[in-house]
Amino acid sequence: MRGHHRRVAHIVFTQQLRRFTETPEVDAQVATLREALQAAFDINPRLQGYVLDEQGHLRANVVVFIDGRRCHDRVVLDDQLKADSQVHVLQALSGG
Amino acid sequence: MTNSHRAWVATRKGLFELGRKGKGWEIARVSFLAEPVSMLLPPTASGRMLAALNLGHFGVKVHASDDAGATWREVGTPAYPPQPADATGVPWKLVQIWAMESVAGALWAGTLPGGLFRSGDGGETWQLVDSLWSRPERAGWFGGGYDVPGIHSILPHPTRPGELLLGISCGGVWGSREGGTQWELQAKGMRADFMPPEQAEDENTQDPHLIAAGTAQPGTLWCQHHNGIFKSTDGSVSWQEVKAPLTSFGFAVAAHPSEPDTAWFAPAIKDEKRVPVDGALVVNRTRDGGRSFETLRKGLPQKDCYDLVYRHGLAVDDSGSSLLMGSTTGNLWASDDGGDSWLSVSTNLPPIHAVKFG
Repeated sequence: MRGHHRRVAHIVFTQQLRRFTETPEVDAQVATLREALQAAFDINPRLQGYVLDEQGHLRANVVVFIDGRRCHDRVVLDDQLKADSQVHVLQALSGG
Repeated sequence: MTNSHRAWVATRKGLFELGRKGKGWEIARVSFLAEPVSMLLPPTASGRMLAALNLGHFGVKVHASDDAGATWREVGTPAYPPQPADATGVPWKLVQIWAMESVAGALWAGTLPGGLFRSGDGGETWQLVDSLWSRPERAGWFGGGYDVPGIHSILPHPTRPGELLLGISCGGVWGSREGGTQWELQAKGMRADFMPPEQAEDENTQDPHLIAAGTAQPGTLWCQHHNGIFKSTDGSVSWQEVKAPLTSFGFAVAAHPSEPDTAWFAPAIKDEKRVPVDGALVVNRTRDGGRSFETLRKGLPQKDCYDLVYRHGLAVDDSGSSLLMGSTTGNLWASDDGGDSWLSVSTNLPPIHAVKFG
């Protein structure tokens, strides 16, 4: 968790998800996007199925921004995080 | 027996419970307001029921209720196993739950992209039926109305445990006599004009839109197919085409529970149009096994109507006299005289995916 001497990535999930399940805000010392997401899934395992499909890929209508930029890879989820990256997991605009 | 005094409407924006009010119905409760509900299992005697959601952003979820829909909690979602690197064809990803049935302690869920799942614990957990998923013929299936194929009809035999029949768009009709461990293609006699002529009778690429059967004589099956109406009197060993008035195209079919010669259809102009003939909504009913039909109109809009009744939008209760019919425009009608006359229940519902008594 967030300490005084080392910086960590901060992961936030869209509030829309709270209709369905808990969305912990997580501070984690991780190197990749997948590790950051896993840190949140470790706290709430049910959250995983809302963000990833059963093959572990980002769902088609979910987007992830890392420091204000869309993540590059939606399958391997190996985008590298900086020590103080801000990760936002959001819903893409779709539907009617 | 299902409850004829309660019914359920699964829609694009929620699950609506209907209760009897006078000669008609009223909306008694709404669950999952704003969420797409693709299918449901009505309550058992103990009040256990399931709803399948198809959340636009966050995937398919299953919710269970133990008090007939008063309260809900999320349970396990059917999930495909890890896709092998060399597996070609459709992605091994759940797109939608399209059918749910319950028999003898087992629950069955039919899905897009074509997998059948079984639950032995009331829907808490689900297992892919690998014996069907691993059939080489699955590579020949394709989507009908969706990008991927899907199982929309599950017919457990009411008295012979282990016997199961499936309807797949587009993947024909499959039967199992061994509790889903072995499967046999059973679409002989069906015809697909959407295939090249030499493949029109290929059983594996037929598009049965929906299959229905009563409980009294489950060997008699009715199928609203993409290319017309087909009937089987030998438990899906063979199928014969039946011609209905106006048009034999449509999606929905309901079979009388105790009179095997009686079935209802919701016809639409075929294929590229999919609206009622001449803007008039009708139900075609046969009571003599398909030799003749009555076209029922009383109480249904007969002018400027463009409603389509999709696969699971027509239901009959256990008595065979009460029916519900819902459209993708969000209109809902009810009949208590076997379809002779209809009453409007609502003209303001979201697009209707499924109606069920119980």
